[in-house]
Amino acid sequence: MENFVLEFEKPILELKEKLSEIQEFGETNNIDMAKQVAELEAQIQNKSSEIFGSLSPWQRVQVARHPQRPYALDYLNIFASDFVELKGDRRFGNDEAIIGGFAKLRDGRKVMVIAQQKGRDLKERSLRNFGMAHPEGYRKALRLMQLADKVGCPIITIIDTPGAYPGIASEERHVGEAIAVNLLEMFKLRVPIISVVIGEGGSGGALGIGVANKVLIMENAYYSVISPEGCAGIIWKDGAKAPEAAAAMKISANELLKLDVVDNIVKEPLGGAHKDHEAAANSLYDTITAELNALSELSEKEILDQRYDRFRKIGSFLED
Amino acid sequence: MPIFGKTKFSTVNYDKTTPTAAMPSLEDSENPQEGFTKCRSCQSPILIEELEANSSICPKCDFHFPLRAMDRVNSLMTDFEEIDADMQSVNFLGFTGYDKTLTSKQMALDTKDAVVCGFGKIKNQKAGIVVMDFKFMGGSLGSVVGEKITRLVEAATEKRLPVILVTASGGARMQEGCVSLMQMAKTSGALARLANNDLPMICLLTNPTYGGVTASFASLGDIILSEPNALIGFAGARVIETTIKAELPENFQTAEFLVDHGLVDRIVHREQLKDELALILDYVSGKCE
Ligand SMILES: [Zn+2]
Repeated sequence: MENFVLEFEKPILELKEKLSEIQEFGETNNIDMAKQVAELEAQIQNKSSEIFGSLSPWQRVQVARHPQRPYALDYLNIFASDFVELKGDRRFGNDEAIIGGFAKLRDGRKVMVIAQQKGRDLKERSLRNFGMAHPEGYRKALRLMQLADKVGCPIITIIDTPGAYPGIASEERHVGEAIAVNLLEMFKLRVPIISVVIGEGGSGGALGIGVANKVLIMENAYYSVISPEGCAGIIWKDGAKAPEAAAAMKISANELLKLDVVDNIVKEPLGGAHKDHEAAANSLYDTITAELNALSELSEKEILDQRYDRFRKIGSFLED
Repeated sequence: MPIFGKTKFSTVNYDKTTPTAAMPSLEDSENPQEGFTKCRSCQSPILIEELEANSSICPKCDFHFPLRAMDRVNSLMTDFEEIDADMQSVNFLGFTGYDKTLTSKQMALDTKDAVVCGFGKIKNQKAGIVVMDFKFMGGSLGSVVGEKITRLVEAATEKRLPVILVTASGGARMQEGCVSLMQMAKTSGALARLANNDLPMICLLTNPTYGGVTASFASLGDIILSEPNALIGFAGARVIETTIKAELPENFQTAEFLVDHGLVDRIVHREQLKDELALILDYVSGKCE
């Protein structure tokens, strides 16, 4: 895949091009350019810190949607193995937008993984429906989570979806009901659940696998009740005001942490997860295992109560 | 001779002339002529007084207009005791225009937010009830609506009473960002505890019920009723049309469509609702014996 560059990443790219020119010049003419190379590398580092240290909410949305951003399977291929994929909702079909099955983490720990998977190329995107699940995906997810509950296996759900699929078939088979049932049933599961938003946390379609004991979010991911474009279209009748909507709805990781919507932010490598899949995956792995260790100390009742209380306290209102 | 008690056993429970489905208006009156409003379904001008005397049902075509939450409660219940009537929304995200909308809606509609919750009796059977108010910001689900529903369900669990939930909502309240989304989980958690205690929940879906409300408590009833021709769905029809770039089937997302597709148990005319709920409550409260 060709390199996809976001508008605000361009100054970094220009410095990188300059760097390779200088390196090439040095090699062809056999001149020592070490000093200039070091200087430029420092400049690249500074520029990246400067740009990525102050991303606007809308810029973060673009990073979250970056076509080279690691998807669920990229992370799993780095820190998990022995994946036994389990398919189908036993009702209608198998939804490839949500995958699930048993896996072993790098430390050998057995988990049930439920993951929304976007496609990397055109063919996979169409297979995965761009990560937008139909009701079958949510029903399969619940079936597998209930299996994990039965065998005492912790659950990790990986969220990355623009939303549940808005289509005729989706409505005919009641995607709203499928999500609702997951919300209710996930509160009954006695095993620890960790959810992580790795890219797009698109509304009910994201929450449908997100009722967890701990909800993590990658530094540049977002979690929102409606897409910024959708919000702008409704409130200001102008989808082009998406940047304003992204800021107004406070959908970035640091804002969501303050609102108790998420419990922990997973650091991304400088320049975003798409710059270094390996580093992003290691960072996520470390956070997940730390959270799993903490949750493994809790009894079944404590797991159930902690999950209830976690969501119970979210909301702001005035009372006399 | 009837073989099944006094009423004839029939699987058709709604046989009036069916009105065309239509989204209700958020405005109080759509007709410039004083004292009149326009039916969204048949377009006839209707005297507001006449409409109100007819349970807000169009006398011409039977279209069910949205009912204010307290009017619904009064049409169904006696000895009603409201809980958390004074709970108010706050603009905790600093969302432009939210304070102003809240204040003006509170003044115009004489209510604090988009839901009324409490306990009362339907024909002498005790129950908890939640009624959403579409007129208040489209019945949108925010912190107040989520908290009030959760408290009502928790209290019903404590009192060991069934819950009736009347929905009318465009979905989650965007002005509260992702916190509004989380209300879907919060309310569903409380409903899980209600269900764990073998207490039933009955939903009545009214026009319209969409988005995060459909994807949480509206779809979780042990029994799901709907008013005739109510529009009910997850994604809005326009969003679907733009996504799939095709026309939607006739009757798409109507209550009748959802009966055919297996989500809604029964369509109940507003005039029969109280009797119907009382009969259902009689079946589900306590053991069938
Ligand atoms: Zn009419």
